[in-house]
Amino acid sequence: MSDDVKAGVAAAKAALAGVPAEPGAPKQDAILTATGVRRAFGGLVAVDVAHIEVQRGAITALIGPNGAGKTTFFNLLTGFDRPSRGSWEFDGRRADRMRSYQVARSGMVRTFQLTKALSRMTVLENMLIGADRQRGERLWAAPFRWLWLKEEAQNAARALDLLERFKLADKRDHYAGELSGGQRKLLEMARALMLKPKMIMLDEPMAGVNPALKQSLLEHIKDLREEGMTVLFVEHDMDMVHEIADWVAVMAAGQLITEGTPDQISADQRVIDAYLGAHHDAAQH
Amino acid sequence: MRRALLLLSAALAGLSLCLGVSSSAAAQDAYGIHGTLDDQQDQPVEGVSITVSDASGAEIATVTTAADGTWAVPLDAEGDYVVTLDESTLPEGLVVRNCKPQLEVNVTGDRTALFPLDTQVDGCTPGESPGGGETPSSSEDESGEPGEESSESEDAAADDAAADEVGEIEGEGGATRAISLLVSGLHFGLMIALAAVGLSMVFGTTGLTNFAHGDLVTFGGVMALLFNVTFGLPVWIAAIAAVVLGAAFGWAQDWGLWSPLRRRGTGLVSMMIISIGVALLIRFATLFFVGGERQRYTEYVGQPPWDFGWLVISPKEVVTGLIALAVCVAVGLALVFTRLGKATRAVADNPSLAASTGIDVNKVVRLVWTIGGALAAMSGVFLSISDGVKFDMGQHLLLLVFAAVVLGGLGTAFGAFVGAMLIGVFVQMSTLVVAPELKYVGALAVLIIIMLTRPQGILGRRERIG
Amino acid sequence: MDWQFVFSQALTQAIGPTMLVYALGAIGLNLQFGYTGLLNFGQAAFAAMGAYGLALSVVAMGLPFWWGIVIGLLAACVMALLLGIPTLRLRADYLAIVTIAAAEIVRRIARATVWSDTTGGSDGMRGFSEPFFEMIPWDRDTTWSFLFVSMDNGRLAVDFGIFELQYSYRDTWVMIVGWTLVAVILVVMAFLIHSPWGRVLKGIREDEEAVRSLGKNVFAYKMQALVLGGIIGAIAGFVFALSRANVQPDAFTTDFTFYFYVVLILGGAARIFGPVLGAALFWFLYNILAQGLIQAISADVIPPSVIDSTQVGPLVFFLLGLGMVLLLIFRPQGLIGNRKELMFDVR
Repeated sequence: MSDDVKAGVAAAKAALAGVPAEPGAPKQDAILTATGVRRAFGGLVAVDVAHIEVQRGAITALIGPNGAGKTTFFNLLTGFDRPSRGSWEFDGRRADRMRSYQVARSGMVRTFQLTKALSRMTVLENMLIGADRQRGERLWAAPFRWLWLKEEAQNAARALDLLERFKLADKRDHYAGELSGGQRKLLEMARALMLKPKMIMLDEPMAGVNPALKQSLLEHIKDLREEGMTVLFVEHDMDMVHEIADWVAVMAAGQLITEGTPDQISADQRVIDAYLGAHHDAAQH
Repeated sequence: MRRALLLLSAALAGLSLCLGVSSSAAAQDAYGIHGTLDDQQDQPVEGVSITVSDASGAEIATVTTAADGTWAVPLDAEGDYVVTLDESTLPEGLVVRNCKPQLEVNVTGDRTALFPLDTQVDGCTPGESPGGGETPSSSEDESGEPGEESSESEDAAADDAAADEVGEIEGEGGATRAISLLVSGLHFGLMIALAAVGLSMVFGTTGLTNFAHGDLVTFGGVMALLFNVTFGLPVWIAAIAAVVLGAAFGWAQDWGLWSPLRRRGTGLVSMMIISIGVALLIRFATLFFVGGERQRYTEYVGQPPWDFGWLVISPKEVVTGLIALAVCVAVGLALVFTRLGKATRAVADNPSLAASTGIDVNKVVRLVWTIGGALAAMSGVFLSISDGVKFDMGQHLLLLVFAAVVLGGLGTAFGAFVGAMLIGVFVQMSTLVVAPELKYVGALAVLIIIMLTRPQGILGRRERIG
Repeated sequence: MDWQFVFSQALTQAIGPTMLVYALGAIGLNLQFGYTGLLNFGQAAFAAMGAYGLALSVVAMGLPFWWGIVIGLLAACVMALLLGIPTLRLRADYLAIVTIAAAEIVRRIARATVWSDTTGGSDGMRGFSEPFFEMIPWDRDTTWSFLFVSMDNGRLAVDFGIFELQYSYRDTWVMIVGWTLVAVILVVMAFLIHSPWGRVLKGIREDEEAVRSLGKNVFAYKMQALVLGGIIGAIAGFVFALSRANVQPDAFTTDFTFYFYVVLILGGAARIFGPVLGAALFWFLYNILAQGLIQAISADVIPPSVIDSTQVGPLVFFLLGLGMVLLLIFRPQGLIGNRKELMFDVR
């Protein structure tokens, strides 16, 4: 593609070049720094991450076998679950006390493993609801159209641009429930972009997407990096991780066991053990 | 203490006042006061003299009750009137239960005035004059309001039972009363438990909050009434028949309604509202066939209680309580040790995982509905043996059943049992400090507080999000 | 059998004062349940807050009528906050159980003999509605006629030839006020729903987690919907109390709430006009069935051995309950709902 693409990748690669491949390695410019995050359900410790930093402007993959606590960690960081203890900072602000909507407003927007399209609303409505700090969403202003009509038109224009980019523009008036699984994933991503996030957290973006759409989804994720966004995503598919991730963090049994570039990770015995161990367990069930 | 006693006696008086509210639906435009005099077994009482006078005490009319127990005095104008029942004209052995042979009635249309008759007074001293400002038991006849259709009378079964018991031991030491209340609380708890276990298992396996479960309880009571009163069978046979029919009803409901709805993928909220519709259907069908009055079985009605000195309890309560306990234990053991029981718990834990391990989820759910129906029917029969059948008995029980299920943690049978026992004891014991008419309020307040502070219930695990 | 009478009666009730109570109560529910997905099973308690708030402040505290209205509305707000703050963060059915329990608590407290000096116990209260009826701008002896509408000694009559609607002096006033309220509330609702605010509510109904992930304070929106719906419920309570000139605790049972749901579902949830249409149809059907059956019994078309007049009420409610269940199963979108919109079940 163009030179821009190379610029984004190059910047991310350069920033991560000297970082040692060990868990909790410090980054040049971390947008997210978490320390001592622990979440226990009853006696079971689901997440116990000592330290992690996420490089700004890079695509970081979070991988690990089933039950490693990746989604729970995601939920904690985005305020959808409360940690037993731990603290983290996002973009220089303390984020562990924030509620989920405050986290989203501060610029860290997530998507879900099982897509959460608002089924009985149109695609365009789905997009418009994503726009942040709308005046017309305040109860006192809602009945007075002239207060928010202009803002609504601007949001609609932006929404249509995004839908165009995600090839959903011709579906704008369809109910979101009518879309295919892959289209819903695209819609969810497009909707998240309506918030103009600094960092986007994708929970298994490829799950349930047919192979034809996969490639275009990958391109979309790469584009996000070129626009200066930070991406953190959970994924199982190592091929995909190899193709787009600049950096990989590996979780197993709730802990961060290692970090590194995709090449370093594929060669790491601990990762292979973690996966194989998990597969052994799964086979016995 | 003095205040508590005062509250208690006032409330007891009020409680018995609630018992006789008319259910006639005929609207009349004329002014008047009328009523029907029944004894404790709902048999009409004839030849009792009733006098109506105006507020200044001038007599307007004196009438005697007819063969069907009815009486009526037409009036010319709105206003306050005093209705007096001449106790000397009552048949031998009958008294006005709340010691209020005189009622003040404010007439704005055609009003009913009712005197609860019984063989013994209840929480009051005979000859006591009507307390000032006390409201008489009267209700205005209205028609066409759905809100009223099902609410004429109040405070189902349990209140009756409690009133009887408290009445019996009135005047004795506080400790004795506490023991009696504890025992009746345990009994009531077991009755709630029978219903709660079924509700909880249905919730656990299907996620449905079944608002019709209380009416399955009524169904049991009504079916036993059918076999006992209409077919003339002994109560114990009628009880067995009712439980079998309850099981069949549960099975049929799942087969004909819930299972097809699940197959169609109907949402839980829609199903919840459908269950409300089903509840209304059962309730109004009962009202249609049985009527709005409390009906009693032909046996065990005036059973003489065992008096141990420290505890007065009727044999029927002991028997029904023990059977209920045995059934609850049996269900618990079955859940833990049998194959189907294990399958049930597996489905409650994670339906899709259970399905993938070869468990037939629909079969399990069908079984849960069948058992739930049987247990609810049993609860209904047992409650009715103590307190009679009324079309809205299950509706009043339902909220306590919810409270029990929530208290124990949604969806666990064992939790539901523990919750039910706690709620039963709490409801009865709370009458030591609050007015009995407010005892449900206490239980419901506990329900709300539990939901707020520990939504997973006292035994449940915190739910995992995401 | 006098079918003309039966039909006239049914039509009279289909737009009469009682229907307005149900329409208003269901409009409140529509905002909470239809648009936001909140399962408020205690709408009867909100109506009770309005009715008792008015009655208690006028009768027991001797305050002016308008203060009673303000207090009734405030009471509904306070109740919404009390119920909402703890439950709106929890799962949907928690709100359902808490509201149904709260409604039962309110009713039992209202009928308790302990406070019957103030509340009138199970007899309820009266004597608060005079100021309302003193506001009637025409006299009791007003008589006029215009086309097919006429007023005869303060009573309103609408004569369509085949059938005639008649309303008493007071009912006419209740209807004028009630329909004005319905119209105003519906207009405001329509503006609210078709705004970004309404869009957020619908989003919450579909999936509140998703809406939360988009930076919306879901809790605040749910609370706003609960309070607004509760206030509309309190207004229904005003109309209910004033149209009957009394309040009685046993009018506010859970069945009252359930019939709001029947009305809402009959008309179609998440439709602005759904509740009004549903209420009109509900009362039309109720009256045509009840009056028809009573007529049939008194004319010996149906022998008394099959059904007597005291069984008519239960039978009609049975049929309406059956209707609701069938409707939910076979036409869940209600009369004017959009089938397509309901095809994707979100839960």
